[in-house]
Amino acid sequence: MLEPLHEKKLKFLEEKANQIREDLIETLLEAGSGHSAGPLGMTDIFTALYFHILNHHPRNPNWEDRDRLVLSNGHICPVRYVAMAHAGYFPIEELKTLRKINSRLQGHPHRTALPGVETTSGPLGSGLSQSVGMALAGKLDNKKYKVFCLMSDGEHNSGNLWEAAMFAGKNKLNNLIGVIDRNNIQIDGFTEEIMPIEPLKEKYEAFNWHVIEVDGHNIEAFVDAVNEAHAIYEKPTVIIAHTIPGKGVSFMENDYTWHGKPPDKEEAKKALSELRTLGGKIESEHK
Amino acid sequence: MLANKLNPKIFEKDVEMKAIRDGYGDGLLIAGEANPDIVVLCADLTESTRSQKFAEKFPKRFFELGVAEQNLAAVAAGLGVSGKIPFISSYATFSPGRNWEQIRTTIAYNDSNVKIAGHHAGIMTGPDGATHEATEDVAIMRTLPNMRVFVPCDWIEAKKATIAAAKLWGPTYIRFAREKSPVVTTEKTPFTPGKAEILWQSKKPQALIVASGVLVHNALLAARELENEKIGTVVLNLHTIKPIDEEKIASLAQKCGAAVSVEEHQIYGGIGSAVAEVLAKNHPVPQEFIGMQDTFGESGNPWDLVKKYGMDAKDIRHAVKKVLRRK
Ligand SMILES: Cc1ncc(C[n+]2csc(CCOP(=O)(O)OP(=O)(O)O)c2C)c(N)n1
Ligand SMILES: [Mg+2]
Repeated sequence: MLEPLHEKKLKFLEEKANQIREDLIETLLEAGSGHSAGPLGMTDIFTALYFHILNHHPRNPNWEDRDRLVLSNGHICPVRYVAMAHAGYFPIEELKTLRKINSRLQGHPHRTALPGVETTSGPLGSGLSQSVGMALAGKLDNKKYKVFCLMSDGEHNSGNLWEAAMFAGKNKLNNLIGVIDRNNIQIDGFTEEIMPIEPLKEKYEAFNWHVIEVDGHNIEAFVDAVNEAHAIYEKPTVIIAHTIPGKGVSFMENDYTWHGKPPDKEEAKKALSELRTLGGKIESEHK
Repeated sequence: MLANKLNPKIFEKDVEMKAIRDGYGDGLLIAGEANPDIVVLCADLTESTRSQKFAEKFPKRFFELGVAEQNLAAVAAGLGVSGKIPFISSYATFSPGRNWEQIRTTIAYNDSNVKIAGHHAGIMTGPDGATHEATEDVAIMRTLPNMRVFVPCDWIEAKKATIAAAKLWGPTYIRFAREKSPVVTTEKTPFTPGKAEILWQSKKPQALIVASGVLVHNALLAARELENEKIGTVVLNLHTIKPIDEEKIASLAQKCGAAVSVEEHQIYGGIGSAVAEVLAKNHPVPQEFIGMQDTFGESGNPWDLVKKYGMDAKDIRHAVKKVLRRK
């Protein structure tokens, strides 16, 4: 069981998520290339993971009992980097180096470049297999750590992912928790038009997984889902998180053309003012 | 001296820049117009691999496979043995990277008439980083029996290579780069598959520079600077890596007595290795290798990466001087 999520902590997490979104916009603007939609959509979940769920020590990223957080859809790494910086893995200043030469913050995460990213990713569909390997090793060593594998919906087109799903079901890997960013977009368009993956829940159930569906922007519901997953003993669990790509920036929301581009100066300004006023609900603190 | 029929602005500061991958899109349209058996398959990268125009013009002959490169290759193999001429495109790290065995067995060994377009090849892919920078694709493709391999040097040559691939029977790999790069050739520059082209010829050449792809321009810059230093060279544009133009490489090596290979690819197994094989077999001369020196790339501005990894015109110049000392 995770530590209970009190009102105050929940408020802290929601505010943290907003700060992360702001830093994301600034980081992407500075980088001049990179992905916007996926990172904004997964910000609430990353916040919940790094600031409430994960058992980890940012100053000792290779601690052997840490929970593993594998990001299979590596292109959304900007949100991971920002969350890691806020959690204390490295100075927030360093976010400015994203995608630049000689940086630890590679355009797609690289294991040996930055401690704490667990694995190199970007090429889709192979994160779940690697997570299965880490979960198997945990079992062999009688370790208590959990392996969280974040995946995208688009990468469910790939055969490799389903090979891993089948194997995880066979081996009853209850220390493995998959989290799917179900945002309905990929590069060429909407997932159900490019390559339909529904019914997704039933597919995983047929592969012997426990499946939970949540609103990916409801931190409380996500924490509950992780607690439920921890209580499942005979199966791996997958949490299908329904998210809005570009969440928090109105002109990016649900628009697949924001998959792989950063905001320009004007767009960033607009995005930041929306985020700082919570979409107009409060007056800006940065006036 | 520059060969005829090249872009006259080749050495100007404002030389036209255009992405090599653009030639794929234009070539596909021309080839698709001419032959109704041409079909195009893509894996969730339709726009960035420049298949979009074909998809719009010939929607019935375009297939979207989603993020599934192994399926992409093997479905194409089935089409290719059924009278169709499939062109498949993705980033080269995924196709022919991820699906190499499917390509080996179902395309190459089957002798299925599939054309594989590997995009975002080389470190000049830039900010995306090493996961998206294919620097091994030529090696893994040229080792396959039945496979033809083209590495065009600019978008015009890329268009010609795409059209040629459509006309020539057999499995073919074509390598494309993402970033805009100088236009070296013109529509009139000869392009004969299997025949390397001399782009620069000094009166008394002392070294042969064999270059491929986006770095051909750097090789020409180096040749011009060397000429000013009274070092003569021949620059050979090796657009077809396989079948390789053994005769021309060997005879020029014999004439020059030293060689430098230039590729935006790993030096182990790539274009330099192919040249070394020809030299060892026919006329061994000292050779220097410009390319990725057994290391992965990284994120960064494409042109800064070319400098950092030693593939700039200056590096080519130094390599020529070094190989001359080994004569
Ligand atoms: C094996 C592989 N093939 C293709 C790509 C190129 N690619 C990067 S992201 C992406 C779209 C996948 O959809 P999704 O992850 O759902 O995108 P998002 O929701 O973040 O926009 C593709 C095809 C890749 N990274 N890996
Ligand atoms: Mg998606």
